[in-house]
This record gives sequence, structure tokens and C-alpha cells, in this order.
Amino acid sequence: MYVAVKGGEAAIANAHRLLARTRRGDVDVPELAVAQIREQMALLVDRVMTEGSLHDPDLAALALKQSRGDLIEAVFLVRAYRTTLPRFGASEPVETGAMTLHRRISATYKDLPGGQVLGPTFDYTHRLIDFALAAEGEAPVAAESEPLPDAAHAPRVTDLLGNDGLIEPSAPDDGTPPGDLTREPLDFPADRALRLQALARGDEGFVLALGYSTQRGYGRTHPFVGEIRVGSVAVEFVPEELGFPVPLGEVALTECQMVNQFHGSAEVPPQFTRGYGLAFGQSERKAMAMALVDRALRAEELGEPVGAPAQDQEFVLAHCDALQATGFVEHLKLPHYVDFQAELELVRRLRAEHAARRAAPETEMKEAAE
Amino acid sequence: MSAASPETGYNFAYLDEGTKRMIRRAILKAIAIPGYQVPFASREMPMPYGWGTGGVQVTAAILGRADVLKVIDQGSDDTTNAVSIRAFFARTADVAVTTRTREATVIQTRHRIPEAPLHEGQVLVYQVPIPEPLRFLEPRETETRQLHALAEYGLMHVKLYEDIARHGHIATTYAYPVEVAGRYVMDPSPTPKFDNPKMDDSPALQLFGAGREKRIYAVPPYTRVRSLDFEDHPFRVQRFDRPCALCGAEGVYLDEVLLDDAGERMFVCSDTDHCEERRAEGHVGEEAAHA
Repeated sequence: MYVAVKGGEAAIANAHRLLARTRRGDVDVPELAVAQIREQMALLVDRVMTEGSLHDPDLAALALKQSRGDLIEAVFLVRAYRTTLPRFGASEPVETGAMTLHRRISATYKDLPGGQVLGPTFDYTHRLIDFALAAEGEAPVAAESEPLPDAAHAPRVTDLLGNDGLIEPSAPDDGTPPGDLTREPLDFPADRALRLQALARGDEGFVLALGYSTQRGYGRTHPFVGEIRVGSVAVEFVPEELGFPVPLGEVALTECQMVNQFHGSAEVPPQFTRGYGLAFGQSERKAMAMALVDRALRAEELGEPVGAPAQDQEFVLAHCDALQATGFVEHLKLPHYVDFQAELELVRRLRAEHAARRAAPETEMKEAAE
Repeated sequence: MSAASPETGYNFAYLDEGTKRMIRRAILKAIAIPGYQVPFASREMPMPYGWGTGGVQVTAAILGRADVLKVIDQGSDDTTNAVSIRAFFARTADVAVTTRTREATVIQTRHRIPEAPLHEGQVLVYQVPIPEPLRFLEPRETETRQLHALAEYGLMHVKLYEDIARHGHIATTYAYPVEVAGRYVMDPSPTPKFDNPKMDDSPALQLFGAGREKRIYAVPPYTRVRSLDFEDHPFRVQRFDRPCALCGAEGVYLDEVLLDDAGERMFVCSDTDHCEERRAEGHVGEEAAHA
């Protein structure tokens, strides 16, 4: 005998207890410390901070622990926490030209002021599983490093190009505060600052695939990596009562300046154009993909034909957020039986009518023959 | 990191007062322009997008300490997501909760309108996945906003007409488009079209929240809500050829429940509170009779 379903509350509570137990895994294996995640899963922490739009390595590491390593779930935890934080102001723009560099490479110049600094990179590693890592051992010793270039002696590649007028200048700061899509509803067309914010928060996989699509001809942008720099910058804030900037601390950033070919138009002489990417920590793939998509989204502004997905800001901005995407895809798990019932009724009726129509001509033909 | 527990570390009904004010402004605008989708700065909520964040934000913005909250999903108070949202507000707002439609002052719903008639002073808050009724005819927001501005709804009528031409019926069974106060075409959220007539001239205030899509819209009390149709193909709701097996109710929306793998099934009220109330009054369906 059927009784109306009851007991959802107890079932949910039990499922959550089971989740907590499953999260811990085998209790004979030592528990992960948040500091271990922060230090040894640093790139994952960087990604959670970037897509979570919140610079807090400890919180990101804790979110990863709580989410059992589910990246989007960790981003979700960070974002839901971020949204409750009071806003007491905006920092001064960070000066990436004055970055304390850990890594800095350019693909457009063999050598340049400040030099090429490989820093800690997977590039040129042979991707062979290092079985020695399975045995816990002593900490590896870092290579002797040359003194890192002083920021003052490692100018941005785009600034070097700009000195010759070969690249479009960055739009001058007209003092308009940039929009914030976490505080205002997104309205189309969105300006570049908003688009960059959306891309920075956007899912790395999605932005990567879109950037990749531009390389394969869906909105080609002829990109060169002008420069990727990874390092820390000072964050400064001007408290109203003081009226001058005070340092709040440092954040680690990855910046990618993509330099793109441009043949010029009636108004603008031929020159290189810019695509820009910025992410927390060391997130080169994200910064590069973001720079590609940023440039692709400027097609209309630069008078280029628009047609590829990566050039379509409604398509890109409406779908790049992993939280929105995962929420709506996964909501299909929720009960839909009321709507399904409505569809069942329609399909049954259409099938009955279909069967009746198929039966009808036969009768007619029989009648004609008789 | 906040050491405070969720119960004590957050504002009443979770959202900060500034956010609530922003949402209330959007709600007021929505009420002033019935059926018009008002953009609002939807916040990231501690539950996923697509799981009712729009409805939750609307509820959080209107909830007062004296309110009595009911939350339903698929007509039922006991489906998991309804339980979860009700628990969220019980925890963050400590308001009284109920399953009785009559006793509630705020009813948050997904996919149904309660069977019991609503009365003045009640607010029905709908969770909306895709607020734009024209979205599947025109994917661009810039275009659809223009179509609404011009009241250019030809696309929708062509769609409904093509249904009739192909199937002999309008093949939309839920999220059936309505015209509000003679002006805006509106998505009633994915309620079955069975519920559309309940929206018309309702004494209750109807608010619609779409969190992921960042839109709020409203139908004020006693507003004309007309389901789109044609003179020769008038709007019709689903009809069930049997009463509820538990309470014997007729003219209500039923769920089809599979009982075994031999095709045995029964039909019961989708609105569980309505069903319970009727059974408490002594109404008996044919299955309940020999239980």
C-alpha cells in the first residue's frame, strides 16, 4: 500500500552524516591538515581562489578539504562565504609592472631587459610518473638561483612595444569605477572590465576550450605571448580618514599579456592589439586562455567580423561560470515528476491520436473496395 | 574565517540588510510593472544555482519575524529540496514553519500552486529556472528584451500555432506562457498548465525569483493572467480520468505512482497538504479504503 512520502528530513540528515564519514576516508590513514593542502596542493588552491574570487589560501585549502577535493564544490564554498563578507572599499589598482617576480617569460623576444626567468614550471619536464614521490622522503633542495630581476629592470613587454607605438595603448583610466557583476546584474553589452571579471571567475576548462577554439579558426586572433609574469604585488588601500595609500599585504598573481596581430582599419593604423589575463597564484593556463578569449571578445570593437562562439559575449559570459553551470545541470536531479506527469499525459494522447490516424485510412480503403 | 555557527553568525534570514533592500526595490518595481522581468543583483547563496536561489532570496527579503512559512516542491512539503529550504529558514530566520496552506503567510514553491485557494495577505514565491518565456525561441537576452519592450509576441503565437499544425494540440504542458495585465507575456515557471487558471485574479501576491538568471517578476493581487490561446483552440488544462486514490479528490493535479514492475500504478494528489486535510475530514479514496 502506497503512503505519501515522508521523512525527507531524516534522510537528508543521514546522508550528510554519511558524507562526513566518507570524506574522512580510511581512519588508519592520517588526516590531511589544511596547511598540507595549502602548501602541497598550491595550484589547486590558486584555482579555487581565482574562480572563487577571494584571495585566502587557508580558506581555499579548507574548502578543498571539506569538498573532498571537488574543485567546483570548493569554489562554491568560497563564493558562498565571500558573498556574506562586508565590503569596506576597493584597493588601489595593483601595479604588476612592480611585481616581485618568480617567473617571467616572453615568447616575442629572445632576450629583453630583465631576461627570461623560468622559475618553478612544469614546462620542459618529461611527464614521467616519479615513483620516488610515493616514498615519503626528504624535501628536495632548490637549485641555486641567479638573483631575480629587480622589477624596475624588468619592464612589461607591452610597455616596451608601446614606446614605439607598435601596440595599442591601454585605455586611459577615466576614473569610472569598474563594474562588479557580484553586486550588479550583468547587462549586455558588457564593457571590457566586466568581461574580464567574468572570465577571471570563469571555469578554467570552459575558458581554455574557448581560447583553444580561437586557435583553430573559430575567431582567429593571431596571438603571441608577449609576456607571462608570475610573482607578488603589494595591495594598497586608501582609508578615508588618512587620504593616502597604506599597504594591506601582498597577493601572488599570474599576468598574461597576449599580443595580437591587427591589420588596422580606416581610422586606426596597423598595430598590435592586446588580450589580457590575470589570475591569483600561479595559474598560467587560466591567464593565457583568458587573454585569448578577452581578445576574441574585442572583435566587434575592432571592427572584425563576429561569428565564432568565443567572440559572442552573450554566449561566453552567460556560460563561463562553473557554479551557474553546475547548479543548473545538477538541478535535473531534483524531482520533476509534476512536469513529467504533464508530458506523460500529452504523449499518451498524441500516441492514441497517432494510432487512430493510422487505423483510419485502412477502413477507408476497405470501404472503397467493397 | 568565521568561527560563528551559521545560526548565530549571519543576519536574520541570512541576507544582509543592504542586499534585502536591493531585492525589495526590485520586488516593488516588479509589482508596479506586472509581468516585467526586473534585473537584480542576485547573490551567491549557500545552495546551488538552479535549486531555488531566486525564490530563497525573494523569501529572505520579505520574511518578517511574525511570518509563517510553507515550502513546497512538486506540491509536496516533504520532497528533499523543500525540506532543505524550509530547514534553511528555520535555522537562519527562526520563523514559524507550517505545511498548512491556509496558515502560511509566505509560501515558497517549485512547480506547483497549492490546490486550496489562496487568500489576501498571502505571498506565493515561485522558484524560476528560466524567466524568459521567449528564451527557447530567441536565445539572446538583448533581443528578447527588445521584443518585450515592443510587445512583439508574434514568435510565441507562431510557436503555438505550429504545435497545432503538427500535433493538433498546443504541445506545451508546463511553463505555459501567460499574458499579464494585458501587457507582458510571462513564464509562470515550470508549473503544469493545470495551475495557470489559479494565477488569474488571485487575492494573493505572486512573486517570481530567478537567481541564476538574476530576474524578479511579479503578479500583484487581483491581476488578470490569461493563458495564450486561439479562438478555435481555446486554452484547456489537463484532466485526470480518476480521483485521488487516497482522498478521492477530483479536479486536482495527480501524481502517477508506480507500484510494481507489472504496470500497476495509482494516482494520488500532488498537493500533499490538500490530500492530508481531506483525509482528516473523512474523505476516503478507493485505495485508502482497504488500507
